[in-house]
Amino acid sequence: MLSPSVVVAASLLYLGLLFGLASLADRRADQGRSVVGRSSVYALSLAVYCTAWTFFGSVGRAATEGVSFLTIYLGPTLTLLLGASLLRKMVRISRYHRLTSIADFVASRYGKSQLLGGLVTVIAVAGTVPYIALQLKAVSGTFGVLTGSSVPGTVDLPLSSDTGFYAAVILAIFAILFGTRHLDATERHEGMVAAIAFESVVKLVAFLAVGVFVTFAMYDGVGDLFSRAAARTDLHHLFVMPSGSESYGEWAALLVLSMGAVLLLPRQFQVAVVENVDERHVLRAIWLFPLYLLLINLFVLPIALGGLLYFPEGTVDADTFVLTLPLAEGHPLLALLVFIGGLSAATGMVIVATVALATMISNDLVMPALLRVQGGSFSERADLSQWVLRIRRGAILAVVLLGYLYFRLVADAQALVSIGLVAFAAAAQFAPVVLGGMYWKRGTWAGAVSALVGGVLVWGYTLPLPALAQASGVAEGFVTDGLFGWAALRPHALLGLDAFSPIAHGTFWSLLVNISLYVGVSLFTRQGVLEHAQAVSFVDIDRFTDLSAPSGAAGATAGRSVWRGTALLDDLRALLGRFLGPRRANEALTTYLAAHPLDEVALDAEASLTADADLVHHAEALLASAIGSASARAMIATVVSEEPVRVDEVLAILDEQQKTLAYSRTLEEKSAELQRQTERLEAARNELMVVNQALREVDRLRDEFVSTVTHELRTPLTSIRAFAEIMQSTPDLDPGQRAEFLGIVVAESERLSRLIGDVLTFQKLNRHAVPDARPLDLEAEVRETVRAVRPLFSRRGVVLDVNATECPCHVEGDADQIRQVLYNLLANAAKHADRALGRVRVSIAELRDPSGGRPLARLDVSDNGFGIHPSDHERIFDAFEQAQHRPTGQGEAPGGTGLGLAISRRIVQAHGGELWVESDLGAGATFSFTLPLLVAEEDGTQAAVPTPGLEPAGPGHAAP
Amino acid sequence: MRRQRLIALFVLGALLLNYPLLLLANRAESMFGVPVLFVYLFVVWAALIGLAAWTVERRRDRDSGRRTPVRGGSPAQHSGARR
Repeated sequence: MLSPSVVVAASLLYLGLLFGLASLADRRADQGRSVVGRSSVYALSLAVYCTAWTFFGSVGRAATEGVSFLTIYLGPTLTLLLGASLLRKMVRISRYHRLTSIADFVASRYGKSQLLGGLVTVIAVAGTVPYIALQLKAVSGTFGVLTGSSVPGTVDLPLSSDTGFYAAVILAIFAILFGTRHLDATERHEGMVAAIAFESVVKLVAFLAVGVFVTFAMYDGVGDLFSRAAARTDLHHLFVMPSGSESYGEWAALLVLSMGAVLLLPRQFQVAVVENVDERHVLRAIWLFPLYLLLINLFVLPIALGGLLYFPEGTVDADTFVLTLPLAEGHPLLALLVFIGGLSAATGMVIVATVALATMISNDLVMPALLRVQGGSFSERADLSQWVLRIRRGAILAVVLLGYLYFRLVADAQALVSIGLVAFAAAAQFAPVVLGGMYWKRGTWAGAVSALVGGVLVWGYTLPLPALAQASGVAEGFVTDGLFGWAALRPHALLGLDAFSPIAHGTFWSLLVNISLYVGVSLFTRQGVLEHAQAVSFVDIDRFTDLSAPSGAAGATAGRSVWRGTALLDDLRALLGRFLGPRRANEALTTYLAAHPLDEVALDAEASLTADADLVHHAEALLASAIGSASARAMIATVVSEEPVRVDEVLAILDEQQKTLAYSRTLEEKSAELQRQTERLEAARNELMVVNQALREVDRLRDEFVSTVTHELRTPLTSIRAFAEIMQSTPDLDPGQRAEFLGIVVAESERLSRLIGDVLTFQKLNRHAVPDARPLDLEAEVRETVRAVRPLFSRRGVVLDVNATECPCHVEGDADQIRQVLYNLLANAAKHADRALGRVRVSIAELRDPSGGRPLARLDVSDNGFGIHPSDHERIFDAFEQAQHRPTGQGEAPGGTGLGLAISRRIVQAHGGELWVESDLGAGATFSFTLPLLVAEEDGTQAAVPTPGLEPAGPGHAAP
Repeated sequence: MRRQRLIALFVLGALLLNYPLLLLANRAESMFGVPVLFVYLFVVWAALIGLAAWTVERRRDRDSGRRTPVRGGSPAQHSGARR
């Protein structure tokens, strides 16, 4: 036994040492030589997870339940394995948004909602108060054990002699000293973190010391302990887990709860996220913190077994084995060390938890309430920073005292572990909204609110309420019989589900309700603009942050343009000054302005400066660290004339999906454009193909023409040559025969030269339009030609009538060519006129165009021959074609070159006229052509413009 | 890559430290004088920690040269450096 004064002195000495250490760390931080900038310090500070519960309670639980106590430490090990993604993302989000607590985190994610911030705070307080009571109970209980005083904490004990009360007050003071020294923009407490890390070392050393003592000094090593325990049949149940759903459920529930608790308990969020100075520290903590947990648990079972073997059953509370064993063996100094270790665990937890809760209470409960109730009058107070600090100090004191109250009234009846697990289950209610908020953009404010409310109601009904009822003896009946006596509402067997232990049962139902509401309500509600913007900036945080910026003060406001407000710089300065204190506000603004000059001109006239949106953001962020994001937004709104934010702007700025969509839409347009171009190309290609085909057709026609011409040339040549050879080889040819042959040769030669002339004309016509156009009298040309062909007619005995006196047929053209046309037509008519009574008529008439076009001269050449078959009416105008339907008895070829009509038609067309034939088989044929008449102009000159496109005004192409 | 290895490690741990695989070790026998269940839990635990340490520290050493802070760099750069 130790005297109380020694224990108290040692405790105070230890706490003083801690305080000195923390002050030193704070001072060094101010000098820029931070001690918390080490990853090992970060990992050790995470070990605030191990509280008095671990220190005393683990042994107690191991002594009754076996290995299941390990789940509380295996869960965090698993969570930390996800640290590289999960924890780092939390750190990054919190730094970017300057979040200072888990309430801030949730509130900010769902649209900076004051309601959510308050809700989370209330839940956190409700979960933490019993947990603090647990620490007080542990401290006062172990103090009692160490000093041999009476059982502490009972209701009848006067306040003045209750060690729990003193412990509470001392812890509260300590927490106030470290947690609320000043208002900080980052809400970091380096001194506190350094003290916590140190305490973690102390508690580990103390626990290992007692573990080694029990295992190796009192017993002969681990093997000895286990073999002795194996000899005790009443201890066998500790070595295996009972089968059955209760055991499975308990194991899984504890694993899940502890996995969540290591990040979501307010104090864990504080050390792991808020106090993190460099996110790279997380990487080392991934294995260092689990290693710490493993070490501190190494001797739990040996100590538990040692205690169970050492003390007669039931005489000593297993929770106190770590103390009672060294005491019983006569090592009070070791026991004192263990007590200090336990004190470390308890103080660490209480300090960090109350500081975290005080931040939440002031930022998310009190400030919003004050701002709402008093509105402008409150916010216009000159310096609110002192107010904020006072609120926080009050909150710390209140939370600790609430813990004490709980401890006095309730906690005495409960084991340490079950109190802690209830707190874990409360923290687990944050898991869906936090994790969902980090990875699911669709989670809405309404979903989060209903999830938290629903989850907490079930949690309260199934876990703390029955415990309170049983402990206080009030309304105990509802635990065993259900509310209103309904068995379905029994808090430990909702709907009759009684396969699980109370903690597994409560965890299952509360999380089921929580998650279902979160997902279900989120899917059926919509997000506001700000809410959506926040959701995107949480889920896609990597797009917003500079990964390697150490503690991104500068990068924190970049790229956040959701808030498009502007404000007067002076208003902002005054507002910041009220909450941060004038000096710090000035510092912050000066630093900002130095880095981001607003306007070159305006620097000397700062008073009237308008702060741009970035600066407003910056101010909001600064303010958020002092009074929480939701309140900061409300405060900023009082001085900022906010321009309405359009939804599409927000989306354009923040929503990557939107960008991706826009990009893919552009792509689609591009590909449609390509498609269209391809189609155009296709069309062009088709056109080209058509043109190409036409060209080839022309080519083919020319080839054909050339081969036809050659063929036509060869025929007379062959006969000339044949007759010439006959005459050469037979000199004694009969003179009569010789004369006949020579006649043939001459005729063929004439034909040949005619043919060549025709081909040349034909080719020439292909190249030129009207080679030599002059005004000429058509009637004169007809008379001239008739004179030339007269012999031909008289030889064949064909009568030629010319009726060309009626019109003054002045046309324009090449006289030679026109004459050739007339010659061809007349010769043709002479050839085809009737053999016996051949008759050919030539007539000229003026043709008036009814549609008002130019008047035409029309010339007809009619014969009374066999006529032309309708199918030949067009063919005969093609080169080298002749009518195929001939009258019988006229078998021999008509003797033309086959080019005459083709040449004639070309000539006429070149003069702007048409040439066609009308004929009925057996009734002769009439070849007609038209030529545009020359019109006498008013000034006397004669204009003669051939109109190429003019349609023939005559009877047309004589189509049948 | 490192992140994925750690996630895989998490899945492995979650499987090994849970029902039903836990039942394989849940037997009333001893190994080195210690109940099998205890040995199993601590060995798996230590192995997880060891593998995590190996994954994290090995990569970090190799990375450290490249990890010079680039304030204001583009997010794309970072995601590149991170993986």
